[in-house]
Amino acid sequence: MAIQQKKDVIDGLKAKFGTQILNVSEQFGDEIVSIAPEALFDVAGFLYAKPYECTMLLDLTCVDYLGDKLRFEMVYHFFSMVRNHRLRVKARLPEKSPKIQSLTPLWKNANWLEREVYDMFGVTFDGHPYMRRLFMYEEFEGHPLRKDYPLRKRQPKIRMRKSE
Amino acid sequence: MKDGFITTKLNAVLGWGRKFSLFHYPFITACCGMEYMSTACAHYDFDRFGMGWTRFTPRQSDMLLVCGTITQKEAPVLRTVYEQMTEPKWVVAFGACAVSGGIYDNYAVVQGIDEIIPVDVYIPGCPPRPETVLDTLIKLQEKIQKEGHEWRFNKKKT
Repeated sequence: MAIQQKKDVIDGLKAKFGTQILNVSEQFGDEIVSIAPEALFDVAGFLYAKPYECTMLLDLTCVDYLGDKLRFEMVYHFFSMVRNHRLRVKARLPEKSPKIQSLTPLWKNANWLEREVYDMFGVTFDGHPYMRRLFMYEEFEGHPLRKDYPLRKRQPKIRMRKSE
Repeated sequence: MKDGFITTKLNAVLGWGRKFSLFHYPFITACCGMEYMSTACAHYDFDRFGMGWTRFTPRQSDMLLVCGTITQKEAPVLRTVYEQMTEPKWVVAFGACAVSGGIYDNYAVVQGIDEIIPVDVYIPGCPPRPETVLDTLIKLQEKIQKEGHEWRFNKKKT
């Protein structure tokens, strides 16, 4: 039953988006769909709507493949509670000004997850309501989870903020 | 003179009074807090040594116990707490993280709180044993006893 449903999703995506689905693979029993980054918002909307109903965004993160031409890989984990299946969607972004559509209109929790990715990797999200650092402070220089961030880099000291 | 009398120096009296009436403010951010609690509670009980009064406002305390990791983002908070404390004040760096950043040699953690505020005594250990804490606090008392307390009068002169 579950296997059949997974096939349904893949077939549905392939029928709807065609060439924008770059690759489909499987790992540990879950499907991985690589897509073109421009199609992300439409793919996510397609998965969110009936009949697939991926109402839950389990996780949203980024991987830095330093040295690759398409350096950053966004990884989205979707979960459908109605159909009980997981789907992983990946999209590669270029090194220079990596940018992708925000998923905040569909899933509210994408707000903080995307802010975290912006903070740690420097990927910006189009349509995000509040694109600010989540963990580090405003004056922090660089993005610490990038592979080329020096391990022992020290940040410049900042002035004490005056309380308003 | 029938009952006898004691002679002493003002400094010694002030030091004696201060070392046995330390009010502390625990600034607890990590697991060292558990060791602080066990030292403060009945098993080890540092109230025996006259430093057991916990005040949960920096304005009433004169010993700041920084227990745990201080991140860069938290550093201004610690600095503010230190500045809110009234003179005279002493600071104890409690545990490896407060002393030197500990195992967290990375982008987010302050490499020792002495980058932000002056520290009087350092307690090593990850986390330190309660005996170590007691020993250190007794050492701090010795330091307070020996300290010159005339700074107030000098301040008035200038």
